[in-house]
Amino acid sequence: MGLFILRRVGIMLVTALCLTFLVFFLTNLYPNLEKLAKTQGNFRMSDEQVESFLQKGGYLQSTPVKYGEWLGVLPSYRHTNEDGTVQGRCILPGKTAEESPNFCGILQGYWGYSSVFKQEVSTVVGNRLALTGRLMFWVMLLMVPSALILGILAGMKEGSATDRTLSTIAITTTATPEYVSGVIFIAIFTSSAVGLKWFKGTATQAMENPTFENFFLPVLTIALYGMGYIARMTRASMTEVMTAQYVRTARLKGVSFPNIVMKHALRNALIAPFTVIMLQFPWLLNGVVIVETLFNYKGFGWALVQAAGNNDIQLLLAISVVSVFVVLVTQLISDIGYVYLNPRIRIS
Amino acid sequence: MEPLTWTGSIAFLNPILALALGLMALSIVVWMLASMVLPEDQMTVNPDGTLTSSSGLRNLIQAALRYSFLASVGLAVAYVLLGILMGTSAGIIGAISQQFLPVWLSLIFLYAMSIAFKRKLGLYGKLFDSPIGMIGFGLVMFWVFTGIFGALDLIVTHDPLSQISGMKNKVPGTPLPNLEDGQYAWYLLGGDNLARDVFSRMVKGAWIVVQIAPLATMFAFMVGITLGLPAGYYSGRLDTLLSFLANLILAFPVILLFYLLVTPEIVATGVPNYMAAILFVFPIIFLGVLLNSRYYTRPNFRTPLLIGVLGVALWLYLSLISTGGYIINTDSYRIWGLPTYLDLFDIPGGILVVFVSVVFVNSPTVFRIVRGLALDIKTRDYVAAAQTRGEGPWYIMLWEILPNARGPLIVDFCLRIGYTTILLGTLGFFGLGLPPESPDWGSTINEGRKLLSVYLHPALPPALALLSLVLGLNLLADGLREESLKD
Repeated sequence: MGLFILRRVGIMLVTALCLTFLVFFLTNLYPNLEKLAKTQGNFRMSDEQVESFLQKGGYLQSTPVKYGEWLGVLPSYRHTNEDGTVQGRCILPGKTAEESPNFCGILQGYWGYSSVFKQEVSTVVGNRLALTGRLMFWVMLLMVPSALILGILAGMKEGSATDRTLSTIAITTTATPEYVSGVIFIAIFTSSAVGLKWFKGTATQAMENPTFENFFLPVLTIALYGMGYIARMTRASMTEVMTAQYVRTARLKGVSFPNIVMKHALRNALIAPFTVIMLQFPWLLNGVVIVETLFNYKGFGWALVQAAGNNDIQLLLAISVVSVFVVLVTQLISDIGYVYLNPRIRIS
Repeated sequence: MEPLTWTGSIAFLNPILALALGLMALSIVVWMLASMVLPEDQMTVNPDGTLTSSSGLRNLIQAALRYSFLASVGLAVAYVLLGILMGTSAGIIGAISQQFLPVWLSLIFLYAMSIAFKRKLGLYGKLFDSPIGMIGFGLVMFWVFTGIFGALDLIVTHDPLSQISGMKNKVPGTPLPNLEDGQYAWYLLGGDNLARDVFSRMVKGAWIVVQIAPLATMFAFMVGITLGLPAGYYSGRLDTLLSFLANLILAFPVILLFYLLVTPEIVATGVPNYMAAILFVFPIIFLGVLLNSRYYTRPNFRTPLLIGVLGVALWLYLSLISTGGYIINTDSYRIWGLPTYLDLFDIPGGILVVFVSVVFVNSPTVFRIVRGLALDIKTRDYVAAAQTRGEGPWYIMLWEILPNARGPLIVDFCLRIGYTTILLGTLGFFGLGLPPESPDWGSTINEGRKLLSVYLHPALPPALALLSLVLGLNLLADGLREESLKD
């Protein structure tokens, strides 16, 4: 087990390195740098001005060198201006070159400076993640129990009325992407044209003061799309368990139906959904980006859109590290959890 | 001109429809509750060998459900039929049903032919045994026909890009202020923020989806199959490497990838062209290997066949990736491609990058599915038999394993077209790739959502259209899965 985890962590690190290098490469292509220079300086910069801006920032070195600097394994680039001052990535405003360290990368715990938010990347990401974490918490709280209940009810008796109705509901929710369900919800529950006005159409206020009124719709929108999928997986796993030999034995010896479901079937039926729930995290991340844009909730996904739209290289890299980390850790947890929950694998 | 109401002179049907729908909803709830509470049907065997089922209550509820469902469907058909006959005097619904006339006719023709010959049509024919599959197929084909006839300008009432002054944000059914000759007199689903016709834009948007989504999914399948089969069949190092690469792409959040790939800056660097050049090779490899492995024992037949097929495929490939005589055409350097007089078609950079990134995102998942299936099937006896016969590895992969994996692959193909549709909508929603005035559903939803609290009509039609198409694909996949499990 220890070796397995160690190997997985190793693969995780290699994956993270490859992915960040890919992001680094794509954001450092020349047209993207030119865009960065123009959004930083002004949009009417001539080609020479762009060139000198990029030269000063050290953007014109080769990509592997820049990547090494970002990682913190190479000393970072410094540029001496005409008036004798020295500027560079490691030299924060108000510090001199002598005071600043030579290496500053993520190995030293420095994530860089966001050019969009004019803040250190670590603070930006921290704040935004806290907001998104709250959103995700409520999404999970709504999505997982309702999906499991839906799936178990549908899977108890395959082909029954409940099964068909609930399966149709599950299929409909998986067919409704967040930007469609969000738009429909906003139209029905918040617009003055329909006139219900039960909820608020934006979640901006929810950042300081989340209430049911301004926070429920974004949570529901994300939860619905993921719910159908988990429910269908739970249903599949439940129907499989309900046809197993030991459930038949239990029936034949006269155990009541609720007891069969609760005591015999449920535990085994929940192994597969556990993995599915864990693997849903990357999809939830997509939903978060869409919903935060739609409801104007300034969390992690919103920051991603801002960073990508303005080619904020440092912030984009940090965001991709975080999201890749989330994806890989949930994969690891799902693998370990699967082994732990499933006695057949655990013992062999 | 009078503004149109929703149902016009057939408004007398509305209360009946509401009643039928209400009864249906009620009977579904009762049906569900009853199936939990009531005891199961007791089957008794009569002395003469026939079965008798008891429990009249269950049958009663089921009958109620069936009739209320049939009544609702019948009323919906009545709306459409009356609409076709009465046109605009049956209100907006009537006018829309009349505009969709070619679609209805094609659907009726398709269903009539398919049901008549369903025993001779294999899996496709079996689809017409499952009600879910039929509903799904109907929804999908509705949008396919809408896309095709919309592209032929049969359904649309106005040009989807032209603006008519005075029609900004007007509600559905508003007549045009200054009617010219040959112009349709109303905006059936209202005008959007730039005074364009919402209905025509929705219909034109269907064509974009119908063009890109199935084709992109097919390319993703070609890539996934060509790489997944050897990975599953050979296992070992090749499998480790390819799986690592697939997981690498899968670990990326899709939206981040889109934001990195689908920008005008990236198009300017030529990265999408390189990716297109690599990804589009796979269908050619697939075709070449497929035919060669089957016919290599008959070189007299194989050689001309391969020359012909691969020649056409290569020509299409080169036309696809070269634009204006170049494969890659950036400011700093160029790579020569097919000369313009041989170039069959040009794909605008925006569409190409959308296409490429959708293929790129989908193919790792397909790879994983194919690899899993190949791992499973290669242990079967018929594969061992083929190996003993001395068949080559590619013959076994493509002519023994692949046909036996077709069931799950066809089902996944349907689901994946739906997912690709969602991805295209996502791209449009974030304003990536396609030009901003393009009528695709994602962009239209994005534009409409800004004024959603006041005007519902610009955003809702494309949203519902996308929902119904993806729902149709999901139901179709479900029906196919059910039917293919029956053998």
